[in-house]
Amino acid sequence: MDNIYLLIIVIFAALLGFELIKKVPATLHTPLMSGSNAISGITLVGALASSGTENELLSIVLGTLAVALASINVVGGYLVTDRMLSMFKKKQR
Amino acid sequence: MNIIELTINLVYVVAAVLFIFGLKLLGHPDSAKRGNLLSALGMFIAIVVTLLDQDIIQFHWILAGILAGGSFGVYKAKTVQMTAMPEMVSLFNGFGGAASMLVAWATLSAFTIMQLEQGSPFMFTTLFITALIGSITFTGSIVAWGKLSGHFSSKALVFKGLRFISIVHLLGISALFVLFVSYPEQIIWFYIAMLLALSFGVWATMSIGGADMPVVIALLNSYSGVAACAAGLAISNVILIVTGLLVGASGLILTQIMCKSMNRSLLNVLLSGFATPTQDAIQVSGEIKVMPTHDAYYVLEAAQSVLIVPGYGMAVAQAQHALRELQELLEDNNCEVNYAIHPVAGRMPGHMNVLLAEADVPYEQLLEMDEVNPNIERYDVVMVIGANDVVNPAAKELKGSPIYGMPVIEVYRAKSVFVLKRSANAGFAGVENPLFYKNNTSMLLGDAKETINTIIKDFSSD
Repeated sequence: MDNIYLLIIVIFAALLGFELIKKVPATLHTPLMSGSNAISGITLVGALASSGTENELLSIVLGTLAVALASINVVGGYLVTDRMLSMFKKKQR
Repeated sequence: MNIIELTINLVYVVAAVLFIFGLKLLGHPDSAKRGNLLSALGMFIAIVVTLLDQDIIQFHWILAGILAGGSFGVYKAKTVQMTAMPEMVSLFNGFGGAASMLVAWATLSAFTIMQLEQGSPFMFTTLFITALIGSITFTGSIVAWGKLSGHFSSKALVFKGLRFISIVHLLGISALFVLFVSYPEQIIWFYIAMLLALSFGVWATMSIGGADMPVVIALLNSYSGVAACAAGLAISNVILIVTGLLVGASGLILTQIMCKSMNRSLLNVLLSGFATPTQDAIQVSGEIKVMPTHDAYYVLEAAQSVLIVPGYGMAVAQAQHALRELQELLEDNNCEVNYAIHPVAGRMPGHMNVLLAEADVPYEQLLEMDEVNPNIERYDVVMVIGANDVVNPAAKELKGSPIYGMPVIEVYRAKSVFVLKRSANAGFAGVENPLFYKNNTSMLLGDAKETINTIIKDFSSD
């Protein structure tokens, strides 16, 4: 893939990220952080590719370790965010 | 592009859209939970479709990794106390950084000598950056986790050679970068650089004090995203680039908000450990009025409107549930109750809001500093619980104070102020608080939770 093409994606994704996150209210900043923890577990996708491509022992070990760490982020991050967001309630009276 | 590759990339686009909508829904407490689910769905399909890739052959290893990591994740998510969220987020930042670092390392170690000789400088640069940011994020987050959870001292570690050590690290890493990109077949340069980055993460975070940790967590959050993005550039994976940047942007915005709320620049926070600590003891004169808890009850009983300003001390005393009980009693007594939350109250952005939400305080009653300050005079009573610096009038009045210029919740303008505090000492940042000496301030000394429970008892025995 062309590197220029990749850099254009970088710029658009960054701008989009800033626009989206700016609108998140302060009250949700902790869930935002734990939620983005989960999203940064996307490295799992990269880890899957690198743990699967070669038979060499070192890259298998490293890849598996990366998969495990990223899985902690994905699973733990989404679950704890869900747990927190379930606590935010409207006034009921 | 064959049919499998095409499918994979199309599904990645769908996943990216789900992440984006997920974040958009996070813009309001009512829709936030759905947003999180959408984002999780995006992650799920991205992972499943990656497994379709025919290059991937080590399924049993992958499965073992996912099971081990996943079950630890479930355990952490289910058992973590809400007061301990900053530590957990810190730890997870570290894992994210470490995972990106390992991806870069694994990718590089799988290359043959020929691939190393023929690879593009762009790829080696991005791999290097991935490992660099990943390593700094990893050790930096572990130190932040240790400081927040009390495993290490939360004090800033400052000594004479610190600046020198950091400069040597940075110069070394830059030199190794040039060497590695010029001679990628000498993989040893990459390893040395990784070690230096790991060590740099430790020094850089050690020198930052506990009070500045909210900024550090937000920044490391951003780094973990940037590391994922760099990994995406290295292995030409668009979904990693896009999502990594979403996280990077999120962390950066939060960092900016935290810095602004402390009236400091990011550079000032990061380098604070390098400056010589100033010990300017400004003496505030006057008398502190201590009010017996029962008297406080009579004032609250007559109040029409009460504002509660919580700080980290509320979390330490676990007073949020008692507070919620008191809030109900006050509301039954026809009194309006609101909460005012300073952006840097607690140990991470939004920490107080989560603790109060856990105690069933409706989110509409949680107000931001800027909403409260313009009409704070109308409150009959402001109750300050476990907060100190974020309500310190020295930020407005005392030019020489270390916190001068920081935006604070101007509680001293309310009709009367109750400060619930263990003793009349200075706060976390060690700054004298003139609020305690104001005419309209009364101190309710003792454990905050016990004090509130005493007032609750007075209400019910009425």
